[in-house]
Amino acid sequence: MPESSSRVPILEMRGISKRFGAVQALSNVNFEAYAGEVVGLVGDNGAGKSTLIKCVAGIHPIDEGEIWFEGRKVNIQNPKDAADLGIQTVYQDLALCDNLDVVANLYLGREVITNRLPLDEVTMEKSSLEVLRNLSIAIPSVRTIIASLSGGQRQSVAISRAVMWNSKVVILDEPTAALGVLQSHQVLQLIRNLRQQGLAVIVISHNLADIFEVVDRISVLYLGHNNGNYNIHGTSQEQIVAAITGAEFGNNDQEQNHQRKGGSSK
Amino acid sequence: MSTMDKDPRLVAEESGNSIQRLLRRFSQTDLGPLPTVFGLAVIGIVFQLANNKFLSPLNLTNLLAQISALGTISVGAVFILLLGETDLSAGAVSGLCAAVMAVLNVKLAVPGPIAVLAGLLTGLAIGLFQGFWVAHFKIPAFIVTLAGQIGWIGALLAVLGETGTVNLRDNFIVGLAGTFLKRDVPNGELYSWIVGVLFVAIYAVSFIWERQRRKKAGLKFKSVGGLVFQIALVVVLVIGMLVITNADRGLPSAMVFFIAVLAIFDFVTQRTVFGRHVYAVGGNAEAARRASINVTFIRISVFGLASTLAAFGGILAASRLLAVNQSSGGSDLLLDVIAAAVIGGTSLFGGRGNVWSALLGALVIGSISNGMDLLALPSPIKFMITGAVLLVAVTIESISRQRREIVGK
Repeated sequence: MPESSSRVPILEMRGISKRFGAVQALSNVNFEAYAGEVVGLVGDNGAGKSTLIKCVAGIHPIDEGEIWFEGRKVNIQNPKDAADLGIQTVYQDLALCDNLDVVANLYLGREVITNRLPLDEVTMEKSSLEVLRNLSIAIPSVRTIIASLSGGQRQSVAISRAVMWNSKVVILDEPTAALGVLQSHQVLQLIRNLRQQGLAVIVISHNLADIFEVVDRISVLYLGHNNGNYNIHGTSQEQIVAAITGAEFGNNDQEQNHQRKGGSSK
Repeated sequence: MSTMDKDPRLVAEESGNSIQRLLRRFSQTDLGPLPTVFGLAVIGIVFQLANNKFLSPLNLTNLLAQISALGTISVGAVFILLLGETDLSAGAVSGLCAAVMAVLNVKLAVPGPIAVLAGLLTGLAIGLFQGFWVAHFKIPAFIVTLAGQIGWIGALLAVLGETGTVNLRDNFIVGLAGTFLKRDVPNGELYSWIVGVLFVAIYAVSFIWERQRRKKAGLKFKSVGGLVFQIALVVVLVIGMLVITNADRGLPSAMVFFIAVLAIFDFVTQRTVFGRHVYAVGGNAEAARRASINVTFIRISVFGLASTLAAFGGILAASRLLAVNQSSGGSDLLLDVIAAAVIGGTSLFGGRGNVWSALLGALVIGSISNGMDLLALPSPIKFMITGAVLLVAVTIESISRQRREIVGK
């Protein structure tokens, strides 16, 4: 990528391989993300998107390869390592507590307390409002329980929680999969806001229309291999579809031979 | 979204006159404990009409003394329900721990306070053990505590030994639940008023302080009217209870302990990180785990707390009845405990409810049982009526939950 390659990527994965038993889920995959950029990670089911993301998030330690973060080599063994670096992941299930309100969810596991014991609800509520305002998220009241929010609002709360703790890289797994048109629109706008705030955003999605609307660059995986890195400008959806389905496999400066079996989304 | 301000589908909101709109608003809000309070009022009126002694200070004071043990155990049940689990061992644990205390004190001449402490620690140990089993081996609490219920009944019989019944005479132990502040304590009536006023003052100050902090921080804060209503509610409840009980023998000490348990665990569940995490685990354990909450620790400690409260309730019951026997903690106690928590509005599915539901539910169950005793109804009738009330209460809870979910969307 012409304008990106002149900068140092905030997250760079080099030659990542990951194997589950007989399944080679990832072979020699390269991937990078830059601050202030939205990168789409696409591929068919079983292409290795989720596996790659889980390697970054510390859920699956990598077998081979290197992960570089802010120009230095890092070792991500568990989710805490990833969180300490400032890498946050929002999974499809969002991991929110439906019975708690927005403030409680934003601060879950990081509650602020006043002199020793009681929860400092005022401070938490105040900064929750600030976080939501900075990201231009509209929610009727931060004291609404999650169960009463729409899908888009829930997604927005989950994303806010991921980015409010000095995160540098945020990974969104199918952020618009369960949403209606208007709600998808809200979430895509939120993703643009994150980019504007200088975060590196990695979006996994099957929805190429959404991808094309929001990302700067697309990285395609095919059966556990890299299959092209496309600048969104000057690339058509057809090209991406061809890369995803393997019709264009190997045409993009790689020459691995691939097998039809293998790959896992776990 | 500004486009969301007025949804064209919301035709109903605009139509009708103001009374119709008010009624509609009413039918769509989450009523919280109101249906139960209303039910309690109906129960009170019905029994008063059937027997005019029901609402007398004498009987109401008895009622408060009767429900304290049940209510205390029920606070523990609320905790377990908040996790989305069920504790079937609460009855047996309360009996066993009371038996441990009684045998230590009566047969082994251990001083009262130490015997009570030993009973409480027995409860704690049992709870931690069951909690460990649930949290570590991932076995549903339903099964673990069912096994517990059977096992602890066996332990109860073993601890009591061949005599079967242990009568309590120790002043400390008997005084725990058997003291009436006006009758038994010099200046007790005055003390009860001082504590009552302090209790109200602490609540009022905390309400006002919170409002001021929110105001200063630029957050939404309660209107003066709302604040006055909130404080007035506590004032009326406390003063009402003190006026009624002091017209008789005074506040029962068991009730003092029950209120203390409620106040402490209200604080713990609503105001502390631990309490927040209990709700989180009950709402979505996986989300809690990913938010780096130690789910295993929360589960084990909640079971420990619940069984300690069961032990305390059992000790209060033994103190009031002056004896522990083979049926202590048996028969319908366990079901009453869980029923009280659910009638009071705590969800069976975890994460919703609060400790005050133990008070409300215990009042409902206690009133029905007390009222039917006054009417000298035979026990088959009593059981059937209690069952029917439970069914109605849970149905109301379920309907209001479904409505909440519809409105919530």
